[in-house]
Amino acid sequence: MFEHYLNIFINTVFIENIALSLFLGMCTFLAISKKIDAAFGLGIAVIVVCAITVPLNNLIYNYVLREGALTWAGLPNTNLEFVELISYIGVIAAAVQILEMFLDKYIPALYNALGVFLPLITVNCAILGASLFMVEKDLMFTESIAYGLGAGVGWAMAIVILAGIREKLKYSDIPEGLKGLGMTFIIVGLMSFGFMSFGGISL
Amino acid sequence: MSLKQYKEVLVNPLIKENPITLQILGICSALAVTSNLNVTLIMCIALTSVVSLSNLFISIIRNYIPSSVRIIVQMTIIATLVILVDELLKAYDYETSKKLSVFVGLIITNCIVMGRAEAFAMKEKPFVSFLDGLGNGIGYSLILIGVAFIRELFGAGTLFGIPVFGDWYPTNNLLLLPPSSFIIIGLFIWLIRGYNNDQIEEDEFDLSKHSVAPNLNKRELNV
Repeated sequence: MFEHYLNIFINTVFIENIALSLFLGMCTFLAISKKIDAAFGLGIAVIVVCAITVPLNNLIYNYVLREGALTWAGLPNTNLEFVELISYIGVIAAAVQILEMFLDKYIPALYNALGVFLPLITVNCAILGASLFMVEKDLMFTESIAYGLGAGVGWAMAIVILAGIREKLKYSDIPEGLKGLGMTFIIVGLMSFGFMSFGGISL
Repeated sequence: MSLKQYKEVLVNPLIKENPITLQILGICSALAVTSNLNVTLIMCIALTSVVSLSNLFISIIRNYIPSSVRIIVQMTIIATLVILVDELLKAYDYETSKKLSVFVGLIITNCIVMGRAEAFAMKEKPFVSFLDGLGNGIGYSLILIGVAFIRELFGAGTLFGIPVFGDWYPTNNLLLLPPSSFIIIGLFIWLIRGYNNDQIEEDEFDLSKHSVAPNLNKRELNV
């Protein structure tokens, strides 16, 4: 039983890495990867938000939105799937807001470390993407916890690796036009090719 | 605003201030949908219509949005438009909608839409905001179609699914794999910055101050 969840987790972190195989959350991935410290802070924030919102959205999908899910309320023929997107983004925005208030009151150290990254996460496609892929894979509630955690950890790992490479890149002699963004794109491409080598592993 | 300013708002985002290559916006959903021109074209139309209409509507109500809840209001407008596009696509082109899977939904969090709403539509009049959205949508489409063109032509040897090169051309899987689009966009950036030298980024760490030219004489070079 435990093995099944571990497989989902490993699969999401390495084989279907949300940043390097599914290309989600790319804007922040490229913009905030100049320094390892900032990348690490953002990574932790994404892990926390992903691990909270994916199971939450799973509950909403299974008990409210899905076809026939409202049977418990006496509405067996209702299908609310067309409001899927708007409810997920609502949950994410609310979760980020609540998390921000909670951290501010109880764990100020972490709150100060995350700083401006927390509100930014609402518009990070990695979070919404994780929820949408969770629905597409038709996961159960307990599986979705492993999936959400794995998605966050995978993304965080990828951005920390990229930040590490970019810190070293400062000292290399790059052609004028490729400096900065251009080179970053090419490096992410190569990293992503590297991650494809996990593709053959079946768990 | 004069006609010239309107034109500038529409044309600037195409190459000079392109959302992908300069503003780093909207890369998220762009890369996975560029292996096939048909799919790419539909994604571009979907994004362009969402970004221009959301700019228009947000700009119309911009004076009534309290700034403390503006993100939620913007999100609601954008999400509604995306749901409309998604449902339309499911109704009229179910096959493509399956291929795009979650990427249509991800237009909601596409930073071009949010970014333009926040940076432009919240300040400017409706019509000019609409033009700005249209320009940014087309700028995004230009890069995407360029990438898809290269990937489909040199990857599969086809354009819009029609064989171009004939049977002798072997399938080039390297280009068909999604990571290749990163490298192609990187090269596009190089090309654009070759023309627009002012976009070149400053060095964080100047190498020339810290390196010494090797003092080689003819004997060491073996000539």
